[in-house]
Amino acid sequence: MPKLKVDGIEVEVPQGATVMQACNAAGKEIPHFCYHERLSIAGNCRMCLVEVKPGPPKPQASCALPAADNQEVFTTSPMVKHAREGVMEFLLINHPLDCPICDQGGHCDLQDIAVAYGKGHSRFDENKRAVTDKYMGPIVKTTMNRCIQCTRCVRFAEEVAGVEEIGAIFRGEDMQITSYLESAVKSELSGNTVDLCPVGALTSKPYQFEARPWELRRTPAIDVSDAVGTNVRLDARGRQVLQCHPVINDDVNEEWATDKTRYMIDGLVRRRLDRPFVRREGKLQPVSWPEAFDVIADMAAQAGGSVAAVAGDLVDCETMYAAKLMLGSMGSSLLEGRQTGLDYDTSSLAAVNFNTTIAGLERADAILLVGSNLRWEAPLLNTRVRKAIKRGAKVFAIGPEVDLTYRVEWLGDDLSLLGSLPSHVADLFERAERPTVIVGAAALKGGHGAALALAKRFNLVREGWNGFNVVHMAASRMGGLILGYARPGGIADLHYARLTFFLGADEVDFSRFTGFKVYVGHHGDRGAAAADVVLPGASYAEKSGTYVNLEGRVQRGERAVFPPGDAREDWSIFRALSERLGHTLPFDSLPGLREHMGQNVPQFAKLGLLSFDWTPPSLSESASGAVGRYPIQDFYLTNAICRASPTMQRCSAELIHGESFAEAAE
Amino acid sequence: MADAPNIPDEAEVRARWGGFKWTPENERRAAEIIARFPKGREQSASLPLLDLAQRQVGAETRTQGWLPVPVIEYVAAQIGVAYIRVYEVATFYTMYNLAPVGRYHVQVCGTTPCMLRGSDEVIAACKNKGLVKGKTTPDGLFTLTEVECLGACANAPMVQINDDNYEDLDYDRTTAVLEALARGETPHAGSQIGRRASCPEGGPTTLREMADANHDYRGEWA
Repeated sequence: MPKLKVDGIEVEVPQGATVMQACNAAGKEIPHFCYHERLSIAGNCRMCLVEVKPGPPKPQASCALPAADNQEVFTTSPMVKHAREGVMEFLLINHPLDCPICDQGGHCDLQDIAVAYGKGHSRFDENKRAVTDKYMGPIVKTTMNRCIQCTRCVRFAEEVAGVEEIGAIFRGEDMQITSYLESAVKSELSGNTVDLCPVGALTSKPYQFEARPWELRRTPAIDVSDAVGTNVRLDARGRQVLQCHPVINDDVNEEWATDKTRYMIDGLVRRRLDRPFVRREGKLQPVSWPEAFDVIADMAAQAGGSVAAVAGDLVDCETMYAAKLMLGSMGSSLLEGRQTGLDYDTSSLAAVNFNTTIAGLERADAILLVGSNLRWEAPLLNTRVRKAIKRGAKVFAIGPEVDLTYRVEWLGDDLSLLGSLPSHVADLFERAERPTVIVGAAALKGGHGAALALAKRFNLVREGWNGFNVVHMAASRMGGLILGYARPGGIADLHYARLTFFLGADEVDFSRFTGFKVYVGHHGDRGAAAADVVLPGASYAEKSGTYVNLEGRVQRGERAVFPPGDAREDWSIFRALSERLGHTLPFDSLPGLREHMGQNVPQFAKLGLLSFDWTPPSLSESASGAVGRYPIQDFYLTNAICRASPTMQRCSAELIHGESFAEAAE
Repeated sequence: MADAPNIPDEAEVRARWGGFKWTPENERRAAEIIARFPKGREQSASLPLLDLAQRQVGAETRTQGWLPVPVIEYVAAQIGVAYIRVYEVATFYTMYNLAPVGRYHVQVCGTTPCMLRGSDEVIAACKNKGLVKGKTTPDGLFTLTEVECLGACANAPMVQINDDNYEDLDYDRTTAVLEALARGETPHAGSQIGRRASCPEGGPTTLREMADANHDYRGEWA
């Protein structure tokens, strides 16, 4: 534990810490561009220079200098001030003065640091260099003249995203950042480079010239595009969400978000359901709320107890709870959330949870993926697996081969392998201290029992470690399972209900439902097209909602904007409808609902990680048959919001289906 | 960037070089180069392999050689690293040509010592022989590049043509070298005024007694 002095303040930092970290510990801010705490250290921007004694009589780059005992660091001495001014002057030599037309303006590190530490004027009379703009795909807009060669994007692509497609070519003054042969960067995490870029070289293409940061209202929310529960901040102006940024949460998403999380938001203002509809003569006709309720009340009277509810992938626990309560008062418990027909055993939630926890996955030393294309099903889990590999973990997989961005030993795609692992894999799992099995949805159908048997055989659940994991893909899944949105027979039990409520459920095979269909949701997608009555609800950005992510972490997002037109928050729709049906729900405000929910479902009483007792069900231990295709066929179009989003459609067309788009000439 | 390499059209290059493979001789050399580095550190072989590839391309095209994109990819695939990592290396070092060059790649040093000793004359000589900076002559013989210091300042001014240095040049000697090359001869490399390496012109200027035999100067120290 080195002890050193920063500007006379004594600090003690952990072994291996850098001088910059020591300065931060002493409360001294060090300006920097290339240094990023989640990436490797490059030390090439030279902005973090400080004076260190003992040492050579020249400033030192604090980001790359290890802190040592008895060092004296000066961050405000004339030498440091001079060095910073000099570096800043060099950086600005080739940086264009186009802040007024730059999208980074207002949240630009270079702007801020130039104002705080720069000289205020330039002595450079020569021409600035010009760099041609590069094409980096539908998400990232490049203006390479502005690049200061910090190489954060290069390091991110290599270290975190695992797609080595960005690099720095040429050298010296001619150095430029480019994607390989200037083609699109094929990563589901490419949007993060926009956040990482300290200047306006990489900016967000869908958001270009939309707004300035000071116009935006920021709201913390939870992402629903996958089951990871990425913590995000929704930036809205007026009634529209314009940007979605990840918020740092080391237990969940660290500092990253997928492109889907970030850019499906432009789907929030398209194809929206903004008024109730009732199907008359085969066509959906706009009606008022009371009229729509009347139609449903008539059907409910005929249906009696034969009422069902199907929860979609994006709904919050409040909605599911209100719907469950309403169905309960009508005498039904026909609830299901697994839209595509999965019917795995849910008697013990620990057996369908991501028990290792997202952050814990980093510590795994042997990982077996069973029927999971982790890169698409939960990209932020995939980055954790990459971190585990960096620490020495070995990864094996059962299923059709896909590119997971890291080295995987593919064992084959037959589930019977679970019972007869090759000896070197079995040996490794016997010896591993933290063995981990990750079961994806593709294997849950036939391989759940066999995977649980594996858990027993390799003792995956031990003191301080639970290595049995199931990867879900729907933000509502764990919440739904806790609330009982699962039946032993799966969704097939619901097919003959006389009245079915679809809570934003769009992935269901609607042709199998013979009864009356009421769709409560926010997008005019498959569900609305098949429904007899459509009640317009709120999307995740338009309601405060509780979500449980795949590791059982209860999180809550807030409302960023109001739902469009006549649309209402989903729980209030059920509250109003229940009154019309004559079974008024016992709450009439969101806090009231939450209190009621907290009393009846104690798991939701407070936020944070839930723990489930490890009591695995006894299932058939044999498994056979091939893992078919993975459930996600198109990463960018998995839910109603992204299907409405032009950005996601373009990503899908270009990155998955290989279409090329001509760029407009500027 | 005005002096950026004029990288040829990708589709054409792929059509021409997509099937690049080591010759049996180079296959053996490549294996030897890779074997020089510890296992897991194959990336270290980027530089020598790119050089080998450039020489093979040179042999096939009877030029100094260059690195078409499929060839870079071939090298990257052989050592198991991402294309962009090898491409970065190839663009960083000026001795790898990213665009085709002529049979003789004339690299004139224009850095201060050479400039003071008359590199302008060397460039003028090249110009009068029809060489244009950054271009290849129509007969495909010469490509002219002005480069920074090549480390032969004691023999300035100098040019590097393919693997050889031609030093102590002036207008006439440069013209003579270029003409000899154009005739298909191989002019004597090194100093063009008969100096051996970078020995002083006209014999030693200090330690003269040491020229013929070992001489003990210690008794002469005052």
